[in-house]
Amino acid sequence: MKFEAVIGLEVHAELSTASKIFCACATKYGAEANTQTCPVCLGLPGTLPVLNEKAVEYCIRAGLALNCRIADFSKLDRKNYFYPDLPKAYQISQYDLPLCRDGFLTLASGKRIGITRIHIEEDAGKLMHSPEGEGFSLVDYNRAGVPLIEIVTAPDLATPEEAVEFLEKLRRILIYLGISDCKMEEGSLRCDANISLKPAGAETLGTKTELKNINSFKALGRALAYEIERQAELLAEGKTVKQETRKWEEAKQRTLSLRSKEDTQDYRYFPDPDLVPVELDQAYVAAIAASLPELPEAKKRRLIEEYKLPEYDADLLTGSRHLADFFEAVLKDYCNPKAASNFIMGELFRLMGEEGLAPEALALNPAHLADILRRIDQGELSVSQGKKVFEKAFRTGASPAEIIAAEGLRQISDEASLRTVVTQVLAAHPQSVNDYLNGKTKVAQFLTGQVMRETKGQANPQLIKELLEEELAKLRP
Amino acid sequence: MRVSEEEVRRVAELARLAFSEAELRQLAGEFNRILEAFAKLNEVDTTGVPPTAHVLKVKNRFRADQVRPSLPRAEALGNANAVKDGSFVAPLIME
Amino acid sequence: MELCDLTLHEIKDLFAQKEVLPSLVMASVVKRIEEVEEKLGAYLALDLEAAMAAARAADERIKAGRALGPLDGIPVAIKDNLCQAGRESTCASRILQGFVPPYTATAVQKLLEQGALVPGRTNMDEFAMGSSTENSAFKPAKNPWDPERVPGGSSGGSAAAVAAGEAIAALGSDTGGSIRQPAAFCGVTGLKPTYGLVSRYGLVAFASSFDQIGPLAKDAEDCALMLAAIAGYDPLDSTSVRNGQVDYPKELEREVAGRTIGLPREYFGEGLDPEVRRLIMAAVAHLEELGVRVVELSLKLTEYALPVYYLISSAEASSNLARYDGIRYGRAAAGREDLAAYYTRTRAEGFGPEVKRRIMLGTYALSAGYYEAYYQKAQQVRTLICREFEEAFRVVDAIVTPTSPTLPFRLGERLADPLAMYLSDVCTVPVNIAGLPAVSVPCGFAQGLPVGMQIIGRPFAEATILNLAHQYQKVTVHHRARPYGRRRGEQNEV
Repeated sequence: MKFEAVIGLEVHAELSTASKIFCACATKYGAEANTQTCPVCLGLPGTLPVLNEKAVEYCIRAGLALNCRIADFSKLDRKNYFYPDLPKAYQISQYDLPLCRDGFLTLASGKRIGITRIHIEEDAGKLMHSPEGEGFSLVDYNRAGVPLIEIVTAPDLATPEEAVEFLEKLRRILIYLGISDCKMEEGSLRCDANISLKPAGAETLGTKTELKNINSFKALGRALAYEIERQAELLAEGKTVKQETRKWEEAKQRTLSLRSKEDTQDYRYFPDPDLVPVELDQAYVAAIAASLPELPEAKKRRLIEEYKLPEYDADLLTGSRHLADFFEAVLKDYCNPKAASNFIMGELFRLMGEEGLAPEALALNPAHLADILRRIDQGELSVSQGKKVFEKAFRTGASPAEIIAAEGLRQISDEASLRTVVTQVLAAHPQSVNDYLNGKTKVAQFLTGQVMRETKGQANPQLIKELLEEELAKLRP
Repeated sequence: MRVSEEEVRRVAELARLAFSEAELRQLAGEFNRILEAFAKLNEVDTTGVPPTAHVLKVKNRFRADQVRPSLPRAEALGNANAVKDGSFVAPLIME
Repeated sequence: MELCDLTLHEIKDLFAQKEVLPSLVMASVVKRIEEVEEKLGAYLALDLEAAMAAARAADERIKAGRALGPLDGIPVAIKDNLCQAGRESTCASRILQGFVPPYTATAVQKLLEQGALVPGRTNMDEFAMGSSTENSAFKPAKNPWDPERVPGGSSGGSAAAVAAGEAIAALGSDTGGSIRQPAAFCGVTGLKPTYGLVSRYGLVAFASSFDQIGPLAKDAEDCALMLAAIAGYDPLDSTSVRNGQVDYPKELEREVAGRTIGLPREYFGEGLDPEVRRLIMAAVAHLEELGVRVVELSLKLTEYALPVYYLISSAEASSNLARYDGIRYGRAAAGREDLAAYYTRTRAEGFGPEVKRRIMLGTYALSAGYYEAYYQKAQQVRTLICREFEEAFRVVDAIVTPTSPTLPFRLGERLADPLAMYLSDVCTVPVNIAGLPAVSVPCGFAQGLPVGMQIIGRPFAEATILNLAHQYQKVTVHHRARPYGRRRGEQNEV
């Protein structure tokens, strides 16, 4: 029997607010344990939460970008459960009245993936598992109270590839919105997946499992693929799938049962009496809508239309809002989009890769790149010189003019002086000239190299080629 | 609606409390008397009545996204029973 | 007559005239504590040396004519559920033994900034759950008028301390009557402000949508001075309210003639001690003599107030008290091998029986399958109770009821029967359900025991009810009675 997968995602993104969602502690990643805590986020008795308005605004940004309806009345609820990383033994979250609901995100295929809801909630602390054999765990509450949005999709995804594409698109949007840095490796983007199988074409859904501990895009695809295979095997053998939570084990590339449905907690949600309702008026929401940046998909379309870029280029360039902005900034002073795109995708990506630099951290002045590209086009710099200048500018921030002056990197395009060098080189290498004239045209490369050496690499290669051919022709018997 | 001892035990587990058998029996008895007395709420017709969200109709209380200094770590950890390497010591987690 | 038996405003006036200094008042309080505290158990912790040192600093300000305000140099006791930096704050619970908060409750901070002296932290029912202070994990407090009887609760320690002259005034908290009922039982004046008027920041939560901090003092004027000191918007409490500053002491002197008060039938029915009824009606007659119009009215939903209150407050409590796990603060059980067992042991050892009972009830009311029937139903009826009060306040300026339907009961009398204990709150809980302000005013004695009258006001109409209370106290003497150190020439009206 053939099966179809039914997949839904629950995505948590840490919001990049400066302070926590209910107190004024910093949210910086990587601080020493328990140095970003206060009575409120430690849940000390008597303390009270006060909602960070940026967290609400960011959630609404996400909602608007994902075509959601924004609630006019919303509230915060307590989700009660005991765990040492949860200081109050309840998480402040949203239950039945989330800030955003009923949105969608469109995949490249044109398929719409429903967004059921987006709500705000607080993150828990970090548990460090027991030092070997010591019989206890350690807790760091720095992360407790960091604002999160939880995005829940409809079960509209049919393949692991769709799920990965969805998550990548979603990530790109959240980063464009400037509301989350979405680093899966730092845990600021987390994804759980629900998956069930049903016979192809069937209406009724099968029993689903929930997959946790998915720490990368690759892991999402693999965990889903593994789970599809596992469930299909069970069903093919006439067995049933157990409703349970399963953990993706990266090392062993498999999912493992974590807890069954019978252990499901009773969270006893109820409205948090320490917080008051959130009632958003239309003007407020409209102002946020007006401030949204151009989103990745729209930007990509525009790059293709406006600059006649191939889809491949546009896709890569819009991978980061920062990068796309950089590209467009280069074009302010330079009018060949494809050349700029090529240079960015080649040289810039190479250097960023070497440095491990994220596009957001790129400090290069786009006018500098435009300047270099212009100089190459005008023959003032050879391509290889251009690359050299670019690398210097990338690493030091110096302007191309400064670098060219300091390095004496000027292309010799002066025909008369270059012709002198060419004739000198030919005179110094009679054997090579002979070989050339006898049909071994390959030696032209050697001769070009010699001219380059004489001019310290500053000669215009195109011109060398032309002059060499001319001078050699003169020597033909 | 009678509450059984079994149900009281389940609630105790949810609340992370423990009782002896005798206490459970007594609690179940008290629960039933209390809930029986409280059942009179069902006399009130609440069709279409919204639950109280907040007695004073206050809404939209926000703080600006501003960072203030956190507690010095020693103070944050000051009330803990056990501390190690700047962290709180918690029971062993297996997961 | 001892200084410690004077009212706050009398002492303030003596300071202003430089006839007395704070250290003298503090010394009088210390002396009284030495005489009666062992018998009364009003305090869980005393801090007399620090209070005395603070008194001497206040002396200098008073002498220099630079008092920080009416509370400068006044000994004010603090209920043990209000956090105070550097002072063990236990809520009379074993589970919080040893907890020393690194911060101070906003209300306490305000008092300290205005120069108040804190002799100590007062006894209470564990986590404020109770009506007798017998649920204190450490010791019961006693009624200064009859140490075989309870002082009421949960702010029983604060009420007993003020009545006995172990403090000039005190802070308490009121979730379902925890300021007013002990005030009535101990013969002092106690005010529960409108929900949101006083910041709850630093008040260890019992039931967040009902809890409110307020003063217990010797008369309405003292309550007005205390309220003026602690009221106001606090950015640390989302439920605190921006309310235009009201000059509460000044409002006391308004004429009350022409005001209308309502007597709700339902508060005067079955279960009301006839002696209590007699004293309340006598007090109402006094108000009438002052020109107050009295009307009868009906609050039909009153009988539903107790279930609404106990279901919602227990549900909130079950969540509020879930954080006590011994990891970040408070007592922990030994052994950390098994997570669930650790939690259960810590909490089973740390909480007393009444607290456990309410956590259980609240957990049940919120659990899957019961939420709609209990918690949600209660919140819906709550909406109706609020509306009923709103309707009533279209007709009247204040509502007058007994504070407690009975006289102070004997220690142990109601411990065995939780429902009977819950009935102690029958007159006070409706006020918390609707978030209204109410004051309990001494209105006489029966069998040598004080009786309190409750005056309930519209939201934020503290000035109105304190005005009524003050004008009543100007023509009566019940609030002047003291269990110890009677004023010469004065008799308690027994």
